[in-house]
Amino acid sequence: MTSTETTPVCETPVQTGDVLLSIENLHARVEGKEILRGVSLRIRAGEIHALMGRNGSGKSTLSKVIAGHPAYTVTAGAIHYRDQDLLALSPEDRARAGVFLGFQYPVEIPGVSNLEFLRVSCNARRQHRGQEELDTFAFEDHVRDTMAIVQMDPAFLERSVNEGFSGGEKKRNEVLQMALLEPLVAILDETDSGLDIDALRIVANGVKTLALPTTATLLITHYQRLLDAITPDFVHVMAEGRILRTGDKDLAMALEQRGYDWIDGADGADTPQP
Amino acid sequence: MSSAAAVEALNKTPYRYGFVTDIETEKIAKGLDESVVRLISSKKQEPDFLLQFRLKAYAQWQAMEEPDWAALRYPPIDYQEIVYYSAPRQKEQKASLEDVDPALLETFDKLGIPLSEQKRLGNVAVDAVFDSVSIATTYKQKLAEHGVVFCSMGEAVKDYPELVERYLGSVVPIGDNFFAALNSAVFSDGSFVYVPKGVQCPMELSTYFRINSDDAGQFERTLIVVEEGASVSYLEGCTAPMFDTNQLHAAVVELVALDDASIKYSTVQNWYAGDENGKGGIYNFVTKRGLCKGKRSRISWTQVETGSAITWKYPGCVLRGQDSVGEFYSVALTNHHQQADTGTKMVHVGPGSRSTIISKGISSGHAVNSYRGLVNIGPQARGARNFSQCDSMLIGDQAAANTHPYIQSRQPEATVEHEASTCHISEDQLFYLQSRGIEPEAAVSMLVSGFCRDVFNQLPMEFAAEADKLLALKLEGSVG
Ligand SMILES: Nc1ncnc2c1ncn2[C@@H]1O[C@H](COP(=O)(O)OP(=O)(O)OP(=O)(O)O)[C@@H](O)[C@H]1O
Ligand SMILES: [Mg+2]
Repeated sequence: MTSTETTPVCETPVQTGDVLLSIENLHARVEGKEILRGVSLRIRAGEIHALMGRNGSGKSTLSKVIAGHPAYTVTAGAIHYRDQDLLALSPEDRARAGVFLGFQYPVEIPGVSNLEFLRVSCNARRQHRGQEELDTFAFEDHVRDTMAIVQMDPAFLERSVNEGFSGGEKKRNEVLQMALLEPLVAILDETDSGLDIDALRIVANGVKTLALPTTATLLITHYQRLLDAITPDFVHVMAEGRILRTGDKDLAMALEQRGYDWIDGADGADTPQP
Repeated sequence: MSSAAAVEALNKTPYRYGFVTDIETEKIAKGLDESVVRLISSKKQEPDFLLQFRLKAYAQWQAMEEPDWAALRYPPIDYQEIVYYSAPRQKEQKASLEDVDPALLETFDKLGIPLSEQKRLGNVAVDAVFDSVSIATTYKQKLAEHGVVFCSMGEAVKDYPELVERYLGSVVPIGDNFFAALNSAVFSDGSFVYVPKGVQCPMELSTYFRINSDDAGQFERTLIVVEEGASVSYLEGCTAPMFDTNQLHAAVVELVALDDASIKYSTVQNWYAGDENGKGGIYNFVTKRGLCKGKRSRISWTQVETGSAITWKYPGCVLRGQDSVGEFYSVALTNHHQQADTGTKMVHVGPGSRSTIISKGISSGHAVNSYRGLVNIGPQARGARNFSQCDSMLIGDQAAANTHPYIQSRQPEATVEHEASTCHISEDQLFYLQSRGIEPEAAVSMLVSGFCRDVFNQLPMEFAAEADKLLALKLEGSVG
């Protein structure tokens, strides 16, 4: 966390163990098709959760509904973020309040400078927390320091947002944004996909550094490699728009060995929520 | 917030320059006939060659028809309802700024164009034109030390009559088109620039046009002549008060570049565009043309068109010199009921001449935005090359964009490339920015200015940020 001696933080402080995100019986549809069919999940400060599941099971949909994507309509259920009704907030207010989504497919924005984008976005969050906004010079120092966390070359600041970035570079840029926004709840949607072996280690270490006792992380992933580097407290398996099973890190390892068929067979044997 | 909703309200655009200056003006009666042309000329105590120029233009104009080929719709203009000369009453000779009416200085202050010694812009010389006359030109002395002439057209006629006589109408002939003929008959003031051989003009030159009265037309005339190996960068800005009625603005700009000369002409046009129902606003019918007369001469037009109810404007280059270069970089933003039919004409005459056209049209609300461009390659233009790229961005589902490229080539060894694209503001891009805490309104203007980046990069440094701000302002209220 940045120094708060000079500027008061408006955000009420988080205690480890506080419930940060609480999803109850969430149903959501897109293009007239129901994708989420009763998702429930509770995430507390200090926890790392992993969300796994087959392609098309609804993981990214869940993450986008949490972030407020307009294409998805919530038809039933609720999401609470701390003591707020998250669904009542606009996407930008969710981000300002400390909910972050690292996208599976970050979009390219031609002509918009990455540096300026990062600055505006960082300042939006700072403003919400009652911190002073950073001018171009102060921000450049700040962003260069922050880039070290994901070992990103400052040359990426001069380019347009994600334009022409390789798959792995886009993912690093997402983690950089996470580092700058200092969210309380970070959802990382397949941030490990497309990373080479070294990059995976770097990004995993970065995410670990950013996961604090006062924040929570939801890692959407298909691979054990990431979970070897960041040990999750809970592992959830999603299928057909529901969380089918919840366990600890051993569940992920079992999946790695046995595949999803094994779980499907165990349908209905839901483990209780933490 | 869907992008549709985000954009639906691109509807309440505040206009910050809509005030009227209360000042005593000298106006002649409405209407136009030969005696009015003579009156304008005599008020300005013009030499006979100029009176003859005007009379000839008036005669030609009378025989001409208003063009109707553009994709523009507006009620017929009554040319007898327009005042053709309006000037703030002030002392005849303004030896120094102290003699300029404080109300006028204040007006330009409010417009962000301070003229007084202490406050004026650092490295930009400004000619300030109010209705029909130029009221002040800054840094004249400093420019004179380099031999650069920068003054109002009125002064140029008095002080440099031979240059004016030689070049006026040499690029845009009197009878070029209906509006050019009208301008040639009744033009009031404008700017004159002359850069002598080998001189790189030491500062940006800029003219700021202000329409103030509700019934006067503005017919300014600008002439820029740059001699061999010399160069200049010039920028014009324009604003007008908000009236329910429409005002006619029919300007003519002529540029002449000799061997190895270079002219960069930038426009930030923010005339009042009318309200959200399309009431009021400027009718902007402008003829701008540059003549690349000399070898390796270069003329570059950069325009950011955000204002006016109607824009009819095709800044072009006649590339007569061997290996001469013409460039056109344009951003045209239309909102509400604004209509723009704009583009360029690149006429390749000389061998090896090259031209580049980059046009970005953004259309929102019920606006119509058309690109119309001509690339003409003559029989002598061996090895001529043109590259055109025309991109349109639509905001909302009520706006329209058209592209009309005309390519004529009589030279088999020429290369002409044309690319065009149309896109909508992407919901995913908008969401990406919002998910990083950026307000939808700021996000839309970020996306639009990103779309225009290639053109903004062509603007002089001092004005690129201005253009960005102007665009953001125009998009204000874009999100409900
Ligand atoms: N905008 C959309 N329009 C139509 N169908 C959609 C849309 N978004 C998601 N879907 C459908 O919803 C289902 C869930 O998609 P989602 O992206 O959430 O899956 P996922 O679990 O993230 O898969 P993956 O592991 O491949 O990333 C898929 O069948 C997908 O085709
Ligand atoms: Mg996914």
